Amino acid sequence: MAHTPQTTTRRTFLVRSSGTAAALALGATSIPAHATPESLAASIKDVVGSAALRTGKVTLDLPPLAENGNTVPMTVTVDSPMTEADHVKAIHVFNEKNPQPYVMTAMLGPRNGRAQVAVRIKLNDSQKIVAIAETSRGEFWTASADVIVTLAACVEDPT
Amino acid sequence: MGNALINVPGTVKRGEAFEIKALISHPMETGFRAGTNGTLIPRNIIQRFTCTYNGVEVFNLTLSPAIAANPFISFFTVATDSGSLVLRWTGDGGFSAEETVPITVTS
Amino acid sequence: MPLIRAACIWWHHRKILRFAQDDGKARPYAIAVGLSLMAPIAVAQQSDTRRSGYQDMSKSVQTMQDDDMANPAMLWVREGATLWAKRVGAADKACADCHGGVESMAGVAARYPAFDTALGRPVDLEQRINLCRRDHQQADALANESRELLALTAHVAQQSRGKPIAPPTDPRLQPFADAGAALFKQRQGQLNLSCAQCHDDNDGRKLGSATIPQGHPTGYPIYRLEWQGLGSLKRRLRGCLSGMRAEPYAYDAPEYVQLELFLMQRARGMTLESPGVRP
Repeated sequence: MAHTPQTTTRRTFLVRSSGTAAALALGATSIPAHATPESLAASIKDVVGSAALRTGKVTLDLPPLAENGNTVPMTVTVDSPMTEADHVKAIHVFNEKNPQPYVMTAMLGPRNGRAQVAVRIKLNDSQKIVAIAETSRGEFWTASADVIVTLAACVEDPT
Repeated sequence: MGNALINVPGTVKRGEAFEIKALISHPMETGFRAGTNGTLIPRNIIQRFTCTYNGVEVFNLTLSPAIAANPFISFFTVATDSGSLVLRWTGDGGFSAEETVPITVTS
Repeated sequence: MPLIRAACIWWHHRKILRFAQDDGKARPYAIAVGLSLMAPIAVAQQSDTRRSGYQDMSKSVQTMQDDDMANPAMLWVREGATLWAKRVGAADKACADCHGGVESMAGVAARYPAFDTALGRPVDLEQRINLCRRDHQQADALANESRELLALTAHVAQQSRGKPIAPPTDPRLQPFADAGAALFKQRQGQLNLSCAQCHDDNDGRKLGSATIPQGHPTGYPIYRLEWQGLGSLKRRLRGCLSGMRAEPYAYDAPEYVQLELFLMQRARGMTLESPGVRP
């Protein structure tokens, strides 16, 4: 599947998140600063650039209330013919309040037939999740969902 | 490691998009969690998941610490010819796992 | 104690603390509601009001349990299948060599803990597996809560999925079940709470936004989202005891088996869902 990687997006995020984690793994004991609405906006801008970000076509399926933030099922579906001429190239998902703003990027193409991806995500707190679909025609479509998390992603070790 | 549950339909009709579900055993340690002694537990996650269909990549997912432990991934691909799907996971610490599943396409 | 974990526990216990302090005070509205419900309650007592933790979960977590291809616990079951056939120990034997296919384990998890004549006390499924390893495979016991032990337990327990919980009516078990019943009602720990106060008296109500289940062992071993992994009933009980600010009993203490025996009797007839998913 031929695809042109975004120059700054995914790699930047992986470097950003791994860099922070690496620095902290070297002995830092404080919890790092969380993602904020500002870093969420910056992450979105990195993907979209100056193009128009339109609401629509994307369905972001998340439970409105997640009992446990450790494992929240999420399905992103994009209304697209998935033809050679008009298909979803990538689905990017971001969060608002986890320690870092990135969730996932799925690279797709006409071979998929259906632009639908499901994963299970971790949510640190009640927050907004944003999904952005990038099409082969250079369009950016978005949807967001607010999730209330009753128990933050807080893993209980064996006692 | 490399314990994975893959679900693909037994047979698929040519031209139809079918769902592939994969569940892989992995702690997906975020790197943001402090251990019992107070220092952070190093990150250990799967970073990339790909699927090739008879050698051609049809799906490529970049994961992050925001993906839950024992990742579950579901996506679709169009049935073209019979053959095999190769699902591959790579991540921190040189982690690498692969599962091959056969696919039978009927006309 | 790590900050996040402390914050989580504090959040959990804000509500418990208030409840424990208020214990004994009559609440007028509760009495009024109670009186108005008397008639229908008399009728309701005829039917089974027991609920599995499954029924207290959200739809998305229920779906996670129902689909074998999406239930993370199945990863352990798969590993258990490999271990079932693996030859181990000085005897170089696999479980399969004595028991045949794992289908022979149908009904076993539903009737454990069971009395072990040689030991003179009941043992739970994990202990039974380790006794088999020692006595028949001449292999070392698997560590408590280890991946291998959980995998084998999950593999065996899954064979009883869909079956009613059926603790044996063996009279030798009764003193141990009675001890478990007493433990269930005994106030413990800094918060001076008993299991019964939450799971009998306040089931269905919220504790820090989480629904308090009745505490039936319908799904063990469970994939608990809070653990991001599979764990045994013992782990859950230890977690509860810690949460109550009580000292958890030693891992191989008889109290866990006594409690499990009592819980299984309390859940008699309910359907086993092993391996389950819980929040």
